[in-house]
Amino acid sequence: MSQLHYALFTGCTAKQSTPELLSSTLAVADKLGIKITILEEASCCGASHLQDFDEFLAHVLNARNICYAEKLGLTMITICNTCQLNSAMTKHALDSDPKLKARVNEKLKEVGLEYKGTSEIKHFLYTLVDEYGLENIKDKVTTPLSNFNIAPFYGCHNIRPSELHHGSNNGENPYAPTSLDSLIEALEGHPVDYESKNKCCGFHVELQANHTSEVLAGNAMVDAIDNNADMMVTPCPLCHLKMDTYQDDIGKVIGRDVALPVLHMPQMVALALGATEKELGLTFHVQKATQLFGEARA
Amino acid sequence: MGDTRKVTIKAFRFNAETDYLPYYKSYEMEVGKDELILDLMNRIKWEHDGSFSYRRSCRHGICGACAIKVNGKATLACKQNAMELLDLFNNELTFEPQSKKRAVKDMIIDKADFWEKHAAVKPYVIADVEPHPEHETKQSIEESNNFLDSDLCIQCGACHYSCPALEVNEDYFGPAAFVAAYRFTVDTRDNAGKERLEITSQPAQGVWDCVKCFECAEACPKEINPIEKITKLHNMQFEQKVARSNIATRHAEGFVRSIRKHGFLDEADIVVYSEGYMGMHKHIKTALKMLKSGKIHWQDGVPFIDNMPKIKNLDEVQKLIDISMTNKL
Repeated sequence: MSQLHYALFTGCTAKQSTPELLSSTLAVADKLGIKITILEEASCCGASHLQDFDEFLAHVLNARNICYAEKLGLTMITICNTCQLNSAMTKHALDSDPKLKARVNEKLKEVGLEYKGTSEIKHFLYTLVDEYGLENIKDKVTTPLSNFNIAPFYGCHNIRPSELHHGSNNGENPYAPTSLDSLIEALEGHPVDYESKNKCCGFHVELQANHTSEVLAGNAMVDAIDNNADMMVTPCPLCHLKMDTYQDDIGKVIGRDVALPVLHMPQMVALALGATEKELGLTFHVQKATQLFGEARA
Repeated sequence: MGDTRKVTIKAFRFNAETDYLPYYKSYEMEVGKDELILDLMNRIKWEHDGSFSYRRSCRHGICGACAIKVNGKATLACKQNAMELLDLFNNELTFEPQSKKRAVKDMIIDKADFWEKHAAVKPYVIADVEPHPEHETKQSIEESNNFLDSDLCIQCGACHYSCPALEVNEDYFGPAAFVAAYRFTVDTRDNAGKERLEITSQPAQGVWDCVKCFECAEACPKEINPIEKITKLHNMQFEQKVARSNIATRHAEGFVRSIRKHGFLDEADIVVYSEGYMGMHKHIKTALKMLKSGKIHWQDGVPFIDNMPKIKNLDEVQKLIDISMTNKL
């Protein structure tokens, strides 16, 4: 296999509140021999909120990010479901509407850029599963995750709307997704089968509709816990932030203790590939997760 | 493989008049390649149990009566080929009503909440029309194209009963009502757009409680993409100056402020800016926990303000904001 090389759109979260996401992503790439070029020029994707304020501006900024991947002639990979969704929505809008593309390019021209539509956009989860390949990952496992029941939490923006994502997520069924389950199996962990795996965590209304947010996150966590999960794993740092950082608030609203480590997808892979504690960055979790490093080796 | 497949269908059974709890019953049948989910429901009723109840009427995907859920997927039974779903779900199908908690009998639910919310957004053209006008009220093709797809809504409830925000918050209008609000607000013959934007901007009931899960886009059998209309309603609230400064609108607009400064979203600043300093007491405990784990940092002795990284070529982003932004809060 020739070396895989991707342009990484980190998103805001990996550069701020979840440094462990970036360090574990780079560790996984390093262990697997995947070359990563970080798009240091890329701005925030708007996270769907900028889109609510000014959709056109959001398209302009996302198109600019994609321009930098195009300049490198690389597929742009994301490590956040919401970055994936918003970048892919802009790509789809521009590729299917020549008038909009022209309007956006008129703005981009002012800063010397042009959106062409030549780069694919793909979440790191799907580059691992579909491009690097599960069989190849299996060969690299040094610390099998056989001690853990792992609840896969897919996050909305990688699987819905399926029509938008099907080109980049290998036709994942949004009502019964399997990629993360298969990845867990490849790392020799035990995937937890539970109904909430494809549901919403409520992150996006954390501020304005707090009750809704806590209940949605709580429902999913309780479902995972009741099905014997030792940890949850998600490809989306926003799901991670909601379910890791707000466990006390969630517990109060739904009347149940929801203590559960919530790992980023690359952290789980890095753990199985024998990454260092520093690369895993488990200390950055609000819910204690540092014990997992030792438990994986027990 | 032949043209038929032998399968077992599980169906939700419940009669609100006689049953305390719902239960599931299995039915075996040979399914043909051209059969629809509605055909399978008919066969449960005609070949297995005459008491099995569901709504059906037009059989042409236009009345919206036969919408149910199959394995959690919103399904218009008369439009959905059964084999397709058998392939999608490994030959195991479970028929359930759109909303189990609203079940009256088997697949039949009480849709009162759907109709109340639909009516609340005034889903009709409101205009002063002369009794004897001199001209027709004309509309260009482009103008009518603005709401062409929204007009295809058959009020089946597929999006409404797939919406998790609505499951939790009974006041929330839900995606179908928002599609209707959008459809009439962008109709050039209508004069009540602002009123509808006001109604759909209110906290708890309005568009700001949308959780952005895209379940509605996935559910719609007419491919209307309700959340796209929700985003348009958000934008129109700013364009038409209906949006008032509150936690939700500041949260949307605050992204520009952050991106202009850093290129990134400033995660701590967006909370402070959206809540206002007075609202920050709600977040102190969480912020302290995040400080402890290193998720947010102290800088120069000031709490909640991260040592913000900046993107490369930030000046480009600043320029693009200046020349592309059209809305204001």
